[in-house]
Amino acid sequence: MENSQVVTNGIDKKMRHYRLIRILKKVLLYLVLILGSIAMLIPFYWMIITSFKTEADILAYPIVWFPSEFTGDNFKRALDVVPMLRFMGNTVFIAVLKIFGEVFISAAVAFGFARFKFKGKNILFMILLATMMLPYEVTMIPTFIIWTNLGLSNSYVPLILPAYFGAASFIFFLKMYFETYPRDYEESALMDGANYLQIFIKIFIPLAKPALITIGLWAFMGTWNDLLGQLIYIDDTAKYTVQLGLASFSNMTGEVLWGPLMAASFMALVPIVVLLLFAQKYFVEGVKMTGIKG
Amino acid sequence: MTKSRAGFYFVLPWVLGFAIFTIVPMLSAVYISMTDWSIVGNAGFIGIKNYKELFQSKDFYHSLWVTVRYAILAVPLTIITSLTISVLLSKNIRGVSVYRVIYYMPAIVSGVAVAVVFKWILDPANGLLNGFLQLFKIKGPNWLYDPDWVLPSYLIMAIWGAGGGILTYLAALKDVPKDLYESAEIDGANAFQKTLYITMPLISPIIFYNLVIGIISAFRKFTDAYILGGIGKEGDFYMVYLYDEAFSKYRMGYATALAWVLFVIILALTLFINITKKYWVHSN
Repeated sequence: MENSQVVTNGIDKKMRHYRLIRILKKVLLYLVLILGSIAMLIPFYWMIITSFKTEADILAYPIVWFPSEFTGDNFKRALDVVPMLRFMGNTVFIAVLKIFGEVFISAAVAFGFARFKFKGKNILFMILLATMMLPYEVTMIPTFIIWTNLGLSNSYVPLILPAYFGAASFIFFLKMYFETYPRDYEESALMDGANYLQIFIKIFIPLAKPALITIGLWAFMGTWNDLLGQLIYIDDTAKYTVQLGLASFSNMTGEVLWGPLMAASFMALVPIVVLLLFAQKYFVEGVKMTGIKG
Repeated sequence: MTKSRAGFYFVLPWVLGFAIFTIVPMLSAVYISMTDWSIVGNAGFIGIKNYKELFQSKDFYHSLWVTVRYAILAVPLTIITSLTISVLLSKNIRGVSVYRVIYYMPAIVSGVAVAVVFKWILDPANGLLNGFLQLFKIKGPNWLYDPDWVLPSYLIMAIWGAGGGILTYLAALKDVPKDLYESAEIDGANAFQKTLYITMPLISPIIFYNLVIGIISAFRKFTDAYILGGIGKEGDFYMVYLYDEAFSKYRMGYATALAWVLFVIILALTLFINITKKYWVHSN
């Protein structure tokens, strides 16, 4: 009797000990994740709070974590220096025209690779894969020289037109997507007398809608965040994009106006963050499907 | 699959684009790199003089060194960070989708705005980072204004953006069969052994992928470096040097030679990592 009591006590103790360790582990896990999240979010907090601070608070020492006074002045001053809304409009203009080409032409090319057999297809596809490895920097200067000779630098054409020849990584992604459908999809349509273009537009484009949205989002991000390409081609301030506007604001000589600069950065980031929050699903799905754009 | 020429017509736009925007520029790049072209005026053929100059240039070696040492430190650091976050997130966490967005966000919002925000965070006098250190009575360094602290400044930013890899890692971690862990537990394996002998090999293809992408993007680093700079040329990454030569000094020939060297470096590194693949990347 006595002995078995001791044994169960021992097991109880062990169980309790084990449970305690598990709880401790869980607490530690959440603690690390939360601290990490704070580290990820704090630059955003600092940017937002700075853009609403008064000049005195911005330059205070020790730093002011949470101001007692809020002001909208920084936004007004930022808009005086850089016409952000105009630059946003320019960027959206480029992005929309570019996305249209990148999405639909890439889809058409992917459709050709995925649903047909023709001479030289495999070699062409190998070349396509190889170009995905080729850094943009190698062709950057010659391409710039070509556009300059055509008199088209300092315009949006060099930024937009190449999109209408498809983008290798998007073609690759959509090809895999189109390959997942069985053959009957086009066969019955062909019997009904549809041609391939109709099949592509009426059957495959609607089928690929989620994938097209995903690459559309990537294309938008690419345009919104690109500095180098835009820096090379656009000289006119009136034609500036968000990135160019911010870059020139940040590289201005003289004392740095941190308040207005943060206000401008805030304006530049809002569309992207909003897009990420609303379209989260498409980003996650897209990465899961291929792994491109880690 | 249909056997038809129609397929070729669908592929045609890309074939044309490849000819116009890849073949033609690449062939011209070979020629341009052997000229002294400066946008205005004619290009004079100077043979391999640009390459000779490049390999004797202090600035070339310096920018290469800035880039290489950044790559050597930043790539492993970001891989370890994003892998750690992913492993933690794969452990039945409540609200995992919220954490996922939070950690993934820095990767999406790249660009000038983020660089500008970091420049402000790293400000020696009024920046957030030194303000934070002040709470512990530590006097923070001058970051971008101290040659020794420029590299750490860039590394801090790299780690902050490390979450870009988590989506691929999380997907890979989900695919690891649960029964492998269970049978390992029966055999008495501890958490560390399970990670080392089960998780790591199975997700090694994704680590490989992120390693290649990480190295390539480290060598192509431009936006952050263009905005943040760094005192004493310590922030002169390769692409910044190339950009300056091409578009500030208009030395198109020399800059094109720089681009070729960059291309060869990236190609060589990619091939080298591919060779090592069979020693550490698991394949089915």
